[in-house]
Amino acid sequence: MRSCLPDYELVAPANLREALALMAGEPGAWKPFAGGTDLMVLLEAGKLPHKRFLSLWHLRELKGIEVSPTAVTLGALTTYTEVLRHPVLQQEFPCLCQGARETGGVATQNRGTLGGNIANASPAADSPPALLVYDAELELVSATGSRWVPYRGFHSSYKQMDLRPNELIARIRLPRVGRPRRHYYRKVGTRKAQAISKVVFAGVAEVEGGVVRDVRIALGSVAPTVLRCAKTEAVLRGHPTVESTVAAAQAALAGEIAPIDDFRSTAKYRRRVSLNLLAVFLQSCLGTVEQGPGPEPWYGA
Amino acid sequence: MCDERHKVNVTCRVNGREYTLCVFPLMRLLDVLREELRLTGTKEGCGEGECGACSVLIDGELVNSCLVPALQVNGAEITTIEGIADGDRLHTVQEAFIEAGGAQCGICTPGMILAAVSLLGRMPEPSEEDMRAGLAGNLCRCTGYMKIFEAVARVCQKTGTKVNA
Ligand SMILES: Cc1cc2nc3c(=O)[nH]c(=O)nc-3n(C[C@H](O)[C@H](O)[C@H](O)COP(=O)(O)OP(=O)(O)OC[C@H]3O[C@@H](n4cnc5c(N)ncnc54)[C@H](O)[C@@H]3O)c2cc1C
Ligand code: FES
Ligand code: FES
Repeated sequence: MRSCLPDYELVAPANLREALALMAGEPGAWKPFAGGTDLMVLLEAGKLPHKRFLSLWHLRELKGIEVSPTAVTLGALTTYTEVLRHPVLQQEFPCLCQGARETGGVATQNRGTLGGNIANASPAADSPPALLVYDAELELVSATGSRWVPYRGFHSSYKQMDLRPNELIARIRLPRVGRPRRHYYRKVGTRKAQAISKVVFAGVAEVEGGVVRDVRIALGSVAPTVLRCAKTEAVLRGHPTVESTVAAAQAALAGEIAPIDDFRSTAKYRRRVSLNLLAVFLQSCLGTVEQGPGPEPWYGA
Repeated sequence: MCDERHKVNVTCRVNGREYTLCVFPLMRLLDVLREELRLTGTKEGCGEGECGACSVLIDGELVNSCLVPALQVNGAEITTIEGIADGDRLHTVQEAFIEAGGAQCGICTPGMILAAVSLLGRMPEPSEEDMRAGLAGNLCRCTGYMKIFEAVARVCQKTGTKVNA
């Protein structure tokens, strides 16, 4: 059933300071409202229990993409469209761009924000695996100050995160590495656009002479939160990408993920696809497979 | 004045005309257009961002009006299907949809046309893949899409260059 509109408030603070002051004045009373692509769906379904919202959409302090020699810093209100159009992100953080391209359709990409995607805290969200493999850091701000935290570890359990009721996500910082890396991103859903992931995989690696110097792997839709797969990475680091390493890494990954059956897919399918995508990623590190969609996953029993 | 509890004033331009409305801040732009302004060309399909029937342009960018709260269009310039023709002269995209048979029941058509206008504004010569990506958020239960793509391709052939919103 649809929600009763007179029950809801949405106010537009003039600037970030005013927004934070409102949040500090009544902790927990005001919830942020960015592009609304998650919140409006809940409103329409009559599933938006919270009643008072602060519109962030016009706050300049939370917009824009800044490039410095050491990092790219994105305002929390950065939309998928802005991510897609940014030349430095295309060049150095292609997994994030690929995730943005495969999120919803154009209209959703024009309104959906990275801050909203993070704070919505869905384990099936598409940009978090990319943010995890790029070692993103988040700036959390409140009326009393700001703190930077690694994005890795931000989601503590299903829909839980290290964000206080008086805090907003202000910015997302991606360190620039300056060395060539292999990037692989693959979202597996029912169709290319407008579909939520059954499995989403992101990986970056530095490979030298067939040996994995450094590697980062993250998956979505396979655990209660998006997951950085440290154990799998450890198995790979310093090893050549030969068949036995791939098998050992797959075994490690199988132990790290905990997929479930739900209306979108089954645990079995998710597990199989995750291991296949890891193999495709590792092949792509050797240069035998182009970065991008790669071959179709394995569909057998 | 707007003094009903929790209602707010919202001022925006729709198809070139300025309006000041007194509405609930979370009222969907879709309902503002259809109920308050009686611009019923914008359709509702799903009401949850999936189908694109409610697509309009805000400051030139394609959005699903079912997901935009009224408060957030304060100060914005909105273009709906009613606003793209030039008086009696149809927009080239509208003409192309007629010529190619790109509409059947018509429910998806206003949104589809705005998505096409937005695509051609960004990319005057889209590849087939660009077309598919540009219209991927707009679902059609009737045409099977081929005639819609044909319509978009026709516009490109006709104008050769940029198509304006
Ligand atoms: C048709 C459709 C398709 C979609 N497809 C995808 C998809 O393919 N992949 C995907 O991952 N998602 C998808 N989504 C979900 C959604 O678009 C994204 O999660 C989007 O990034 C949310 O951003 P928003 O600004 O719209 O968030 P909002 O709806 O405004 O907010 C979402 C949550 O984040 C909180 N929040 C927002 N900004 C901040 C901030 N700066 N600080 C703290 N909290 C904040 C809000 O309080 C709320 O809890 C889809 C949605 C729709 C409607
Ligand atoms: S009615 Fe808005 S997207 Fe379907
Ligand atoms: S013409 Fe009927 S839905 Fe497209």
